[in-house]
Amino acid sequence: MCGIVGLFLKDKALEADLGALTAGMLATMCERGPDSAGFAVYGAAKDGKAKITLQSPNPDADFDGLAKKVEKAVDSSVKLDVRATHAVLSCKASEADAVRAALGEIVPSVRVMGTGNAIEIYKEVGYPTDVAKRFDLKRMSGTHAIGHTRMATESAVTTLGAHPFSTGPDQCLVHNGSLSNHNNLRRSLIHDGMSFETDNDSEVAAAYLTWRMKQGLDLGQALEKSLEDLDGFFTFVVGTKTGFGVVRDPIACKPAVLAETDDYVAFGSEYRALAGLPGIDNAKVWEPEPATVYFWER
Amino acid sequence: MTYHNPPTTPRKSSVFDDYTLSEIRRAAETGIYDIRGAGAKRKVPHFDDLLFLGASMSRYPLEGYRERCSTEVVLGTRYAKTPIRLKIPITIAGMSFGSLSAQAKEALGRGANMAGTSTTTGDGGMTPEERGHSKTLVYQYLPSRYGMNPDDLRKADAIEIVVGQGAKPGGGGMLLGQKISDRVAEMRTLPKGIDQRSACRHPDWTGPDDLEIKILELREITDWEKPIYIKIGGSRPYYDVALAVKAGADVVVVDGMQGGTAATQEVFIEHVGQPTLACIRPAVQALQDLGMHRKVQLIVSGGIRNGADAAKALALGADAVSIGTAALVALGDNDPALEAEYRKLNTTAGAYDDWHEGRDPAGITTQDGALAERLDPVRAGRRLANYLKVMTLELQTIARAAGHNHVHNLEPEDLCALTIEAAAMARVPLAGTSWIPGTSKF
Amino acid sequence: MATIDLAITPLRALNENLHALSNGTNDTEWDVLNPEGRHAVAVGLDAPVTVHVHGPVGYYCAGMNKQASVIVHGSAGPGTAENMMSGRVVVKGDASQYAGATGRGGLLVIEGNASSRCGISMKGIDILVRGNIGHMSAFMAQSGNLVVLGDAGDALGDSIYEARLFVRGTVKSLGADCIEKEMRPEHHALLADLLEKAGVTDVETRAFRRYGSARKLYNFDIDNADAY
Repeated sequence: MCGIVGLFLKDKALEADLGALTAGMLATMCERGPDSAGFAVYGAAKDGKAKITLQSPNPDADFDGLAKKVEKAVDSSVKLDVRATHAVLSCKASEADAVRAALGEIVPSVRVMGTGNAIEIYKEVGYPTDVAKRFDLKRMSGTHAIGHTRMATESAVTTLGAHPFSTGPDQCLVHNGSLSNHNNLRRSLIHDGMSFETDNDSEVAAAYLTWRMKQGLDLGQALEKSLEDLDGFFTFVVGTKTGFGVVRDPIACKPAVLAETDDYVAFGSEYRALAGLPGIDNAKVWEPEPATVYFWER
Repeated sequence: MTYHNPPTTPRKSSVFDDYTLSEIRRAAETGIYDIRGAGAKRKVPHFDDLLFLGASMSRYPLEGYRERCSTEVVLGTRYAKTPIRLKIPITIAGMSFGSLSAQAKEALGRGANMAGTSTTTGDGGMTPEERGHSKTLVYQYLPSRYGMNPDDLRKADAIEIVVGQGAKPGGGGMLLGQKISDRVAEMRTLPKGIDQRSACRHPDWTGPDDLEIKILELREITDWEKPIYIKIGGSRPYYDVALAVKAGADVVVVDGMQGGTAATQEVFIEHVGQPTLACIRPAVQALQDLGMHRKVQLIVSGGIRNGADAAKALALGADAVSIGTAALVALGDNDPALEAEYRKLNTTAGAYDDWHEGRDPAGITTQDGALAERLDPVRAGRRLANYLKVMTLELQTIARAAGHNHVHNLEPEDLCALTIEAAAMARVPLAGTSWIPGTSKF
Repeated sequence: MATIDLAITPLRALNENLHALSNGTNDTEWDVLNPEGRHAVAVGLDAPVTVHVHGPVGYYCAGMNKQASVIVHGSAGPGTAENMMSGRVVVKGDASQYAGATGRGGLLVIEGNASSRCGISMKGIDILVRGNIGHMSAFMAQSGNLVVLGDAGDALGDSIYEARLFVRGTVKSLGADCIEKEMRPEHHALLADLLEKAGVTDVETRAFRRYGSARKLYNFDIDNADAY
């Protein structure tokens, strides 16, 4: 039960403002989800490079000198940008698996929040505006971003239980609602080799989409399939390296508003999340139809 | 030598017992699921499976008729400008005008007034009679919104947002055509004589994030004066109570599966929801985990029958209990004196539960003018007051025997359990042991 | 003329001021600035005053309104004018889901589109939508009139009781027990009156079709079980 915001830029000129715009949107959704918050920012993708977002319960100890230790282990240069409890480690894409293995050895308490070419994920327990401030969301830039404020229903209020959930490279999902068949689905996905960090229903939805995309479907097709296989109430907003999608369950009770201009596509759980966007007064604003996949790709 | 088989006694199936067989025949004949009133009738672990330890040497009892044992309770201390103050921690649960006659509603109000407690409206709006006869009246805000209006909202002393009910968590109510009289039809803006299906979800919000905004609206309309209760059925009490608190409740009401209903499917009543006993500790745990126990008050209902049940619910962490079925019995429901009339309805006193048919010989669950006239609201109200006072005396007797000067000081450590099931559900030790199944080793 | 700027004044003070008004008040015109999507703006009014809200509002704007006119110069969130008793609420932009839910009286005009569940469980209110309405509109609608100048989404009027639905555009699908009904002279007259009250002068009643209850679900019948 939560608040969702999302912003997918079409106009390059806005990319420097992505973080500031997203932070403004996220701040309007605090009451919908006061327990924790998180956001995924897509940007600064460099060919041949990988970004690994790390989270640590003891960032001072774990991140201190970590870049050097990893470089020594994999014999390749890496870069570490620390933001509060999180850090983004950049390395050669070809070294990403070796780096992840080395991290597990060197700092076992560090968790990988997401990996990919463009994605960075930040999430923490706390009031959403505080979380955004902690990570300095305002100053981030990029092509698209998805944010979430959480009011936990059945699973625990923890950093890992916060959204977005990333279960595949450059993929992320946020959710408002409550799934009613996630336990069975989790068991069958585990049987098919997926792994889970939490007991959260939304992580099952994220893993389901990753599993479908591993079978060769694109995000839009995976979302179509989710309408058959997921039961319960949901509004999902999902991101990939170049895409942005929205889908609501067939009953479509949980609130959702989309806005589109020549410059961007924006999503908000409530209209007020969109009210501060440039040119919103002349945007096409509508509520997504039930059981209908909306998908934009650059 | 001749040989013959000795006869065996005819043996009936324990699976296909007489009741089951009759239900299959009934369904085959009528083509409709069985609808009835009241709560779960099956045997489930209940308060009878718990005992109080009492005081002797390690604890000292209070003197029964001299040393004070308080019973007051204040509900709605979190946000409301005017919390509700009751003399006793036993309230009257929501029952609608429509399901009950106007006389029965009046009697409930009279009895509650005399005993110093509150009564509650139901799925049908507030009648002037019940407002007039109830000193403290809780107004239910239900998915159907029958009779809902801001004037009555402001006349109420508290507002109870009904999310669920123990008899049917996840389901809506129904009122069959027989009971839709002219007055009921008018109050509910529906044609006379049709079956009413009440919705299972509220029409304009879904989930705790939306509920928080709905509560803001209700508080703004009533200028933050009135306590807001949230009533839930006993399905997932830990999560649901935590979410009710997060959504902004002043008071949470948890109704277990023995809680009654005016009418719903039998399959719902008997097969959905948890026993009241199993709901209390998870609900209290949720409040404790949020640091809200005693700050957001917890009312427990569903099968409360006497002062001992109330004492046990309070010991497990409730702030108050609520009664529905027991209150109707106090008014005169299912009285053996009416046995001849129950026989005409193919039932017997103590088993009459076709409340939805509106033919109640006691004049309580009916809209038939002649039947309703049989209930004298003054006398029935007196009976309810007597019963509430007896319950209170019983509750105080137990609290004093356990050494408490206020009933809210009862605690789980005052209890032991007679069965392993009850010990596990109530999280108190099995009698004679220190074993709490699921939390400690034998 | 009184002005309240919600960027400065708390919502509580706005509603408190509006609740203090009574019949015969001289403060009959109010302007509310910077609502910025706030919830519960101008709820529970009970006086013949006019409140102009300049900007978008959140959930339940003008909820349970009596007597007052509330005009939203912007879009409105879920549950606009829910359970309205009387008076008039106008949304100049779009309205989100549940507009006019359980409304018992008065007139709700939405000049843009209304989303899903418009007029859900309506109990006597009149609703006029200039644009389109979303799915499950007039679900379990009991009484009152819903007039739509645009198109209606899926499952219009599902499980409808005695409310009347008038739609000028297309209806994607009708819900259980909802059927098209004949437009008799009394319906043309009723519709003309509603259009006039809502200030709609550019549309003829001939352009509308009427929908209402087939009344097959009014009493349970196992052979209708698929429809329940």
